[in-house]
Amino acid sequence: MTTPWYKLRKETVLALGGLTLAWQFASYFFPPYLFPPVPAIAQKFLAIFLDPESLANAGATAARIFAGLAVAFLLGVLLAFLMGRSERNYRYAYPLLNFIQGIPALSWVVIAIIWFKGTEPRILFIMVATTVAAFSFQILDAYRSMSKDLFEMTLSFRPSKRDLFRTLILPTIVPGMLTAWKVNLGNAARVVVVAELVGATGGIGYQLLQQQQLFDMAGALAWTLVLVVFVLIVQQVITKLEDWLLAYRPRAERST
Amino acid sequence: MSELNAVVADAAIEFHSVVKRFLRHDRRDESFLAVDRLSFAVAPGEMIAVLGRTGCGKSTMFNLLAGLIEPTEGTVRVLGHDPFREFNWYRGKLAVVFQNDRLLPWRTALGNVELGIELLGKEEEERRAIALGWLERLGLKGHEHDYPHALSGGMRQRVSIARAFAVNPEILLCDEPFSALDELTGQRLREEYTQLVRENGKTSIFVTHSINEALQLGERILVFHRPARIALEARVAGGDREAIRQRVLEAMNPNEPRLAEEAA
Ligand SMILES: Nc1ncnc2c1ncn2[C@@H]1O[C@H](COP(=O)(O)OP(=O)(O)OP(=O)(O)O)[C@@H](O)[C@H]1O
Ligand SMILES: [Mg+2]
Repeated sequence: MTTPWYKLRKETVLALGGLTLAWQFASYFFPPYLFPPVPAIAQKFLAIFLDPESLANAGATAARIFAGLAVAFLLGVLLAFLMGRSERNYRYAYPLLNFIQGIPALSWVVIAIIWFKGTEPRILFIMVATTVAAFSFQILDAYRSMSKDLFEMTLSFRPSKRDLFRTLILPTIVPGMLTAWKVNLGNAARVVVVAELVGATGGIGYQLLQQQQLFDMAGALAWTLVLVVFVLIVQQVITKLEDWLLAYRPRAERST
Repeated sequence: MSELNAVVADAAIEFHSVVKRFLRHDRRDESFLAVDRLSFAVAPGEMIAVLGRTGCGKSTMFNLLAGLIEPTEGTVRVLGHDPFREFNWYRGKLAVVFQNDRLLPWRTALGNVELGIELLGKEEEERRAIALGWLERLGLKGHEHDYPHALSGGMRQRVSIARAFAVNPEILLCDEPFSALDELTGQRLREEYTQLVRENGKTSIFVTHSINEALQLGERILVFHRPARIALEARVAGGDREAIRQRVLEAMNPNEPRLAEEAA
């Protein structure tokens, strides 16, 4: 069961409300550079949306996330396709992708700084390097989960390659692709702020660095919230898309 | 044997000493013999009923016919071609009703019936009309826009029958098509089926577990041994049904003659 975006679950409200209250409570006992009061954070948060320059910073980060994910997704589709086509390709690609997946984001940052000159190429490289393996594996998994029965049934009509893809393969892998986007969006949002430390002169990561230098906790939290809210909204949009595309699926009336 | 040779000349379907072994990857690649030197021929326009106990290789024989698996030894010929090697030659000429319904869960009943004709490149309007016609003939009026999960097992089976018939194939392979239906619906569909196959001069093979169904629908009955090999071949038309029933029972239970008697 998914709840519509405007109808928050009671538990969600209580959990987040509780955290907000606890923070506000702490702000009475600690100096504002450690625990700034909630209204101060909210004010900074709203200010970001009212200031065109700040909005441009947030927009830059969003654009970097989408650009990185889009390139990683296309590469992932290609790699998944190659791996799905032959077991031999898979045996070569699997250890390589697994290895790449094991490299920490910070190492990619260092490598990107050494390899690339401009800020944007560096960030794009980091974003792609940190998400491409997961995309490949998730799309390959979705492809492999295709039912052999349905595959043979469709084949029995002798479809063209294109028709086979359109009528069977695409509908099979779309749910997995959407899930991959949701998962990788979360990862990308975490990585992008680190990537933006490599000399970006704009973006949420850059703003966070500014707040750190000013020792402005309220500002740092406000920018963090912008990123988190962005991720949640996009994930919600993908969930809506999923619900719409997968409306044919039966729903179990009870779970254990 | 002479009867068999007579049909071979212009056979629509021909199995010649076909062997199929499966490699069991789960059992250290041990090989499993599912079809053992199977030979038979089917004349164009003939309706064949295949009987055999569970696990004797009937569905495997269908997969060989449909070109979905390759024989380990021997030759399979359908309309004079090799269904595995010349896979695409059979576009529009062959349709299979699988043992389980195999509907696409993301398509409605109508969308599923349209699948085969859609893959043949028929225009939307034409294929809609054909599919709706078949859904109606199979008693699914009012369920055109239901998704498979909202249909009963028997309804899903009928959708899959409609999907195969809609293609209007020369060769129709049906793996226990009527087993999931109630007596009345089954009876009606058996009549439809006979009429369709006879009227349009189609060649058809169907698998069944019911001797009565085989006697009603088959012009000829093939009884399979396990692993798949012909244990008995009986022409129904003009024969003494009771005698045939007795022979079929004995062929199906070679080691249990008493069981066969009791069942009769
Ligand atoms: N892909 C496969 N790999 C390994 N063994 C297989 C495979 N397909 C079928 N078999 C085996 O071949 C034998 C024949 O199977 P098949 O499905 O053809 O039987 P069947 O006559 O259709 O049975 P039923 O009446 O229960 O449908 C079985 O023992 C089965 O385990
Ligand atoms: Mg079977």
